[in-house]
Amino acid sequence: MLRKKREQLEQAADIRLQSQIGEEERFWFLMRRMARENKTAVISFIFIVLMILAAILAPVLTVYEENDMDLMNRLSAPGGAHLLGTDEGGRDVLTRLLYGARVSLLIGVIPALLSLILGAVLGVIAGYRGGITDTIIMRIADVTLAFPSMLLAMVIMYALGGGLINVFLTLTLVNWASVARVVRSQTLQLKNSEFVEAARVMGVSNRKIMMRHILPNCLPTLLVLFTLNIPTSILTESSLSFLGLGVQPPNASWGLMINTGRQYLFTAPWLSFVPGIAIMLTVLAFNFLGNGLLDVLDPRQKKQ
Amino acid sequence: MLRTLARRALQALVVLIGVVLLIFVMLRIVPGNPIETMMGEHANAETIARMTKEMGLDQPLLTQFFRYIGSAFRGDFGTSYSLGKPVAQLIGNAFVNTLLLAVFAAVFAWIFGITCGIISAVKKNRLTDRIFMGVSLLGISLPVFMSAMFLQYIFAFKLHWLPISGTDSWTGFILPAIALGWNSAGQVAQITRTTLLETLQEDYIDTARAKGRGPTGVLLRHALRNAMLPVLTMMTIQFSGLLSGAVITETVFSINGVGRLMVQAISGRDIPLLQATALLATTVVILGNLLADSLYSVLDPRIRKEG
Repeated sequence: MLRKKREQLEQAADIRLQSQIGEEERFWFLMRRMARENKTAVISFIFIVLMILAAILAPVLTVYEENDMDLMNRLSAPGGAHLLGTDEGGRDVLTRLLYGARVSLLIGVIPALLSLILGAVLGVIAGYRGGITDTIIMRIADVTLAFPSMLLAMVIMYALGGGLINVFLTLTLVNWASVARVVRSQTLQLKNSEFVEAARVMGVSNRKIMMRHILPNCLPTLLVLFTLNIPTSILTESSLSFLGLGVQPPNASWGLMINTGRQYLFTAPWLSFVPGIAIMLTVLAFNFLGNGLLDVLDPRQKKQ
Repeated sequence: MLRTLARRALQALVVLIGVVLLIFVMLRIVPGNPIETMMGEHANAETIARMTKEMGLDQPLLTQFFRYIGSAFRGDFGTSYSLGKPVAQLIGNAFVNTLLLAVFAAVFAWIFGITCGIISAVKKNRLTDRIFMGVSLLGISLPVFMSAMFLQYIFAFKLHWLPISGTDSWTGFILPAIALGWNSAGQVAQITRTTLLETLQEDYIDTARAKGRGPTGVLLRHALRNAMLPVLTMMTIQFSGLLSGAVITETVFSINGVGRLMVQAISGRDIPLLQATALLATTVVILGNLLADSLYSVLDPRIRKEG
């Protein structure tokens, strides 16, 4: 599935280069078109904005503290004073869900951003320089992509140890390679275009050509990759946390909430199912938005 | 064509060597002496030194690497630190369960996925199409641990239809296979629907209709045969993915497979075991990709003639 999307992105870039409208103007035009034609993407976008707001406003939205224990009310079912029930320590699940959203969203966004930067820089260097630099970078990318991502994440987490920062690092190392591939193939096309040629003739340095002329032209593609990398990161982290290899307490990500709730699956199923559904909806929203972006950025896309 | 295949095989081999090297290096940058970790607090310095020497851990990294490759070719992957048995034997036993799970999951995914895809394409934009596509989308977006726990809760705990965990009988494989295969089923259903709809617009379909073929005949003999190529490629890649170890599914349903062995290796800081399981999983995936590429060029006459 990912492989198909990557190919689609590469071809889309190819066609976009042939259009003569200014990139920025064109971008907003496309965004308006997506807003008009793709209701699912719009709803997803609104959902994501609301969720970010909820995560930021968590202290205002709930009367409970994140780690407030209430041993008289352990494992109480959803409803009443605790809308989504309480966990094994009597902590309010809704409150923990809102605070967990902070961690899980960070885990989605930060590695997606870092892998985007790393992948874009390595990709543009590989494509622009060519030769041995290209071979080395792309072989490393091939090796990275050969791993099932969950396995690679597990091995890196093993080497680095748990904790939030290491989760960021691991997910970045898992996701950079696909970004590098796409950016490289776009760079190869841009390298020989007239404006890059012109810049070179005028004596602009190679570094400046890569950063000022080639990378900005990859931005729409990078935006799609960014949006689609967020749910991947959230999912991988929640799987890692599910195995106890991800975020460590007291940082409660949704994945960790599921992991601790799993012991009570048959007595208090809401402990796992509530954060699980939150993960599912978030992943779905980011995927819909990413696919919506991909569709408007790919002019050949026909409505089925 | 043979030349293309040979080139692809060579590329796969290079990647594989890179993978072995990467796993090897990553596991050795872990701080701390693995022997110390393995033996716990009770070991004295002398024993640790002797064990380190015995296992060749005092040698330079490159020597260790070539030694490892050499014995790996003879089927010797060392001895597990935490379980005290030969790694090859542990993996051999676990692989049977992983293979069974993968086959069950694949059979479910493909039958369910292809049927849904065909029906959806025929009933395009009708209610049936929407329901089937909704179910497959759910499969794609539901994290495996969620679908696994949902199924376990409903069908094992609430309804008592199937065992909660373990693989004492074949019924123990049903829920894990569905949990694991749902994602693949969703992907297969979507790609089958898309390619089938594209194929149905081709000229040769009109020709077949004009020649008086009934709708079922056109669908199965003409459209489906041509639409199956991308589906088949995807299925090959999926199967190698399933075979590489379903860490989460095996954990939820307590199946003693390769994925679970991997988790055990990590919690026991068991380098030989982790190394071998990771190597097995990656090799399976690389071979799967190679097979998918080759299959594509063998089955598609347009590509076949080019090479």
